[in-house]
Amino acid sequence: MENIEDKANTELENGARVSSREMTINMGPQHPATHGVLRLVLDLDGENIVKCTPYVGYLHRGVEKLAEHRNYMQILPLTDRLDYISSMSNNLGYCYAVEKLFDIELPERTEYIRTIVGELSRIANHLLWLATHALDIGAMTVFLYCFREREQILDFFERICGARLTVTYPRVGGLKNDVDKEWLDDVYAFTEEFPKRVEDYETLINKNRIWLRRTKGVGVISAEEAINWGLSGPVLRGSGVPYDIRKISSYGVYDKVKWEVCVGKNGDIYDRYRVRMDEFIQSNSIVRQCVEQIPEGPIMADAPKFTLPAKDKVLTDMEHLIHHFVLITKGPQTAPEGELYMATEVPKGEMGFFFVSDGTGKPYRMRVRSPSFVHVSALPKITEGEFVADLISNIGSIDIVLGECDR
Amino acid sequence: MEPLEIVEKLKGKFLNEIVDVTQFRDQVFVSLKKEKIVEICRYLHDDPDIYMEYLADLCGVDYPEKRYRFEVVYNLYSLRHNHRLMLKAQLSEDDPNIDSVVEIWNGANWHEREACDMYGILFNNHPDLRRILMPEDWEGYPLRKDYPLKGPEEEYKGFEELKDLHSHDKEWNIQS
Repeated sequence: MENIEDKANTELENGARVSSREMTINMGPQHPATHGVLRLVLDLDGENIVKCTPYVGYLHRGVEKLAEHRNYMQILPLTDRLDYISSMSNNLGYCYAVEKLFDIELPERTEYIRTIVGELSRIANHLLWLATHALDIGAMTVFLYCFREREQILDFFERICGARLTVTYPRVGGLKNDVDKEWLDDVYAFTEEFPKRVEDYETLINKNRIWLRRTKGVGVISAEEAINWGLSGPVLRGSGVPYDIRKISSYGVYDKVKWEVCVGKNGDIYDRYRVRMDEFIQSNSIVRQCVEQIPEGPIMADAPKFTLPAKDKVLTDMEHLIHHFVLITKGPQTAPEGELYMATEVPKGEMGFFFVSDGTGKPYRMRVRSPSFVHVSALPKITEGEFVADLISNIGSIDIVLGECDR
Repeated sequence: MEPLEIVEKLKGKFLNEIVDVTQFRDQVFVSLKKEKIVEICRYLHDDPDIYMEYLADLCGVDYPEKRYRFEVVYNLYSLRHNHRLMLKAQLSEDDPNIDSVVEIWNGANWHEREACDMYGILFNNHPDLRRILMPEDWEGYPLRKDYPLKGPEEEYKGFEELKDLHSHDKEWNIQS
C-alpha cells in the first residue's frame, strides 16, 4: 500500500503533479495472443510493465509420470502431444534418444528420410510462427500466405503416415513406412517453389514501417544473459550465439549436406525474426540436398529385440515371429542399464530427453527438457520495463507452445 | 576437454565431496554430496578451461529403496568448449533440501521450482519457490514413486470449491 501512496503523487520535473498508481491486470489463460493457456499477471505503471509473473501448468498432463508406466514403444505417441505444432521433430528427438540408449545403428536411408521430415517440420513450424506472430502485430495477409505453404507440408506428412498433426511417423530403430519416388519428387518440386514464397513474405513485411517499429530494438536480450537463462534455438541464435545442436551432435545427415547456422546480432525481436527467415532457406536447402542424395536400402535397423522385424520375415521365419509377438504384446523386455541425456534441435530450441534406465523395458525416469518451458521462464526478463503492447510481440517472438511447456 | 579430465580437475579441488563417477555412452556422471554444491557449480562455471556457462537441464530423480532417496541431476554444458558433464547431488528423505544454484544460472529458477513441485525437494535461498505445474493447494508430490499413477483417490476439488465460494451462484439461482 505504501508503494501506491508514494506513486499517487509523482512530482514532474517542471513542478507539476500527476496522479498515477500501479495497476495489476491478469492476462490469460484464455487469451488469443498468449498462444495457448499461458496466464500472465502484470503489474503496470501506465503503459510500462513493472513486473510480469507467468503462471503455467494449465496443460499439465503428466507425460513424465505416464512414461514411467509405459514401455519404450508406447511412449512415442505421448511425444506428439508435447509440441503439437511440430510433432515430427519431437518424435525424432525421442527416437534418437532411445536409440542412443539401446545403441542401435540406423540405416542410411532412414537417416536421410528423418532429416527430410525433420526439416520439413521445421519449415512448417516456422510458417505457423510467422503467420501468428505477424497476425499478433497486425499483418493479416502473411497469415493466409503462410498457411497455404504449411498446408502443403502437412499434406506431405499425411501421404507418408496418414496423419497431419500428431504424426507418430518414426519408430524406435527406423520408420513406419518407406517413402516412394513420387513423394520425393513432389517434395523436390516444393523446395524449388518455396524460396520464392519466402521472398513473397519478405516483400509483405520487410519494408513495412509498422513491422520494423514494433520489432527493432524491442525485447532485447544480450548473448550472456540468453546463455545464462538457458535459452536455445532461434531465440539464442538471435542474440548472436551460434549454438545449433545439429552442428555439434551426430544425429541425422547434417554433416553430409551443406548448410549454415543462422545467427542474429542484436537479440531483439527483429533478429529472431531474421534468424527464422534464414532458417527457411537453410532447411529448404537441406531437404533439397537430401532428396538428391538419398540412397536405396532398408528403413528399419537390425535390432530384433527392440525393433519390429519386417513383415515378410515374420511370415516366414520362426525367430522373427517370436520377436514380433513379444514386442507387440509386451514391448521390449530389457534395456541397457544406465543414464543418458540426448538433445536434438527442434524448431523451438533444444529438446532433450534424459533417461534413467534400470534394465527393464520401461524407463525408470524420463525427463523432458523442453525449450518452451525455459523460454517462458525468461519472459519476465525480456518484458519487464517494456510497454504492455510489446508484450504480445515478445510472446510471439520466443515461439512457445504450452503443451510442451507444461508437459 | 574430455569429461574425465574435468572430473580429474574436480577431484583435485573437491575430493571429499565426490562419491562416485560413472560413465555411460560417452557421458560422465559425478555423484556428489550436497553440502558444497554451489561452490562446485561456481567453480565449474567460472574456471576458464571448463567454463560451463549453460545449464541445459536440472531435474530430480526418486529412488525409494536407496539410502539417499533423491537425486538432483545438473546437466552442465559448455558452449565455448563443447563438453558436457552431469552432476548428481544426493539427498536423504528426512532432509530433502539443497542450496539453490539460481545465483549462478538464472535458468535454474523454474527447473528447481519444478523439482520442488514434483518431488518435494526444497532449494535453499531460492528467490521464488512455489508450485509451478500443479495447483498451489495440491497435496503430495506427483513424480515420487509412491504416488499413484491415477492420482489421489479423492478427485481434486479446487474448481468446485471456487464455484461454491462464488456467492452470486445462490443469489442468481444458477444450477452448478
